[in-house]
Amino acid sequence: MTPGASDGLVVDAEVKRGSFTLTVNLAAASGQVLGLLGPNGAGKSTLLAAVAGLTPVSSGRITLAGQVLDDAEAGTFVEASRRPVGFVFQNYRLFPHLTVAENVAFSPRARGMGRRAARSAASNWLNRLGLTDLAQRKPDQLSGGQAQRVALARALAGQPALLLLDEPLSALDAGTRLDVQAELKRHLAEFTGPCVLVTHDPLEALVLADQLIVLEAGRIVQRGTPGQIARQPATDYVAKLVGLNLYTGDANGSQVALTAGGSFVTADQGLHGEVLVAVRPSAIVVGTQRPQSSSARNTWPARITGLTLLADRVRLDLEGQPSALVDITPAAVAELSLSPGSQVWLSVKATELEVYTRADSQLA
Amino acid sequence: MVTRTAPSHLTARARARRSARSGAPRSVPAPLLAPALIAVAFLVLPLVGLLVRAPWRHLASVLSGTDATQALILSLWTATVTTGISLVIGVPLAWVLARTTFPGQRLLRALVTLPLVLPPVVGGVALLLAFSRVGLVGQYLDSWFGLTIPFTPLAVIMAETFVAMPFLIITVEGALRSADQGFEEAAATLGAKRMTVFRRITVPLIAPSLGAGAVLCWARALGEFGATITFAGSFPGQTETMPIAVYYALETDPAAAIALSLVLLLVSVVVLVSLRDRWLRGGSVQ
Repeated sequence: MTPGASDGLVVDAEVKRGSFTLTVNLAAASGQVLGLLGPNGAGKSTLLAAVAGLTPVSSGRITLAGQVLDDAEAGTFVEASRRPVGFVFQNYRLFPHLTVAENVAFSPRARGMGRRAARSAASNWLNRLGLTDLAQRKPDQLSGGQAQRVALARALAGQPALLLLDEPLSALDAGTRLDVQAELKRHLAEFTGPCVLVTHDPLEALVLADQLIVLEAGRIVQRGTPGQIARQPATDYVAKLVGLNLYTGDANGSQVALTAGGSFVTADQGLHGEVLVAVRPSAIVVGTQRPQSSSARNTWPARITGLTLLADRVRLDLEGQPSALVDITPAAVAELSLSPGSQVWLSVKATELEVYTRADSQLA
Repeated sequence: MVTRTAPSHLTARARARRSARSGAPRSVPAPLLAPALIAVAFLVLPLVGLLVRAPWRHLASVLSGTDATQALILSLWTATVTTGISLVIGVPLAWVLARTTFPGQRLLRALVTLPLVLPPVVGGVALLLAFSRVGLVGQYLDSWFGLTIPFTPLAVIMAETFVAMPFLIITVEGALRSADQGFEEAAATLGAKRMTVFRRITVPLIAPSLGAGAVLCWARALGEFGATITFAGSFPGQTETMPIAVYYALETDPAAAIALSLVLLLVSVVVLVSLRDRWLRGGSVQ
């Protein structure tokens, strides 16, 4: 659990803010984008603030490339202004009284560069991010995507060894978000140090991050590659984010007794004891008659409690043993004449069930 | 209970007016209207009197009389120096009050704002007790440096600073409290030391309030009377400021008193106009 401990960022600390406590243990290697995913209030921004030196840790330590930034036990604390950190804030926090060029030149200037050198360093970054034409504008004359690029240029102009991004795309409207996201991915790839990216948007995390950490209520609940987390969510929150049905159960070979009632027949992986079962909503088949079941197929009755139209499909909320979310086509809804309260039969192939232990989901 | 639905007359114009004000009736009930008009008359009539009785024809010659000119010049430069001193020492104090916590802070804030409500003449007496030749501090200034403060232009400046600086301090402190500290955090992560943050981010961001506070402080210093006459006296050319000159001129040369008052009125109007965004926006005064 210490990849690149010598050249990357290592956080093993507790941060207290009022009654809230954040406990984390993570590492981000150089060139890696570590995504922090979690609901509001999970402690994502608190973690970034601690790494940037805006709030001290209450115990434990933070190191960057082997250098201590904060160590509660030793009493070491490097002030925010002395940390080689570039921070892109959630609403960018561009200085409203300075032009774009002055904003970007701020860090080189504050870190001791002469006026002229700072200006040319800034124009270099403006050029790299395609902002040269906007150099003399004030922040209130920028679009959301432009402001995001300026914030990134301003953070990078200080030549940081570590880049922190707090919800870099959340201030953008849906139309520009994808473009800016693609561009951001390109710039992050060029950055050589470790990068920590906070988001509550799973798609953003899946696209931008190499490694993901899921935070809930101040604790890490899952870590892994985006692909693994999308396939084997460890908690209901993660399952909901990636759009899967998630059940806990007790496995005995191919039989899994579900905690919330009901049972599944799964492909036998020789698992025993507590397991998680993930099912895609589109893998479950809905019928009005009890299907002819084979042993490899799970069937159970359920009642529809809700229907939601999602672009090209309809999501059914179903109550049964177990309850499930199921995606079907609008045409199927009409053919089966489904409505809230309808009794239906659900079935899913054993091979469509992803069965794993909680420990599996934690392996990075 | 019976609901009365008897109609009253509403003309087309009244309808338009009412709908423009989202339904609120515009007519004022008589029990409110009469006192309101009395209040307006009370506030406006004296100013009208001043304008009507002003010696408009001789204004220039009256104002160029040596005493009036001296008082005008003295008032202008002492009020300006007072504002400068208040900026240099008052803004840091406002920062300390807004951005730090320490024991006794509430007491300190109360002491700082006390001159706002203290009768200025009491301030003058207090200054005299501290800085007169036999005062708490003044006796040492006199015996060590031969420095005597009372009844000098320096005393004028001290009296004005005592009374006017709190206006600047509370204005700036309020602005610092409501300013978004996120910008200061951002500056820190960009490598700016605390003084750099103060100089390049904090001060520019509160510049409008800083300007308003300075104008307020300058206007209050210009009008200062009680503390000044008590602590600095009224020597023409030395310590006789405009308000004091007006007061004495009223007995000897009423035309000059009125002319000087007009100048002060003009200054007040200019100040009000320059602060209009802060003070004249109905209901949102901070």
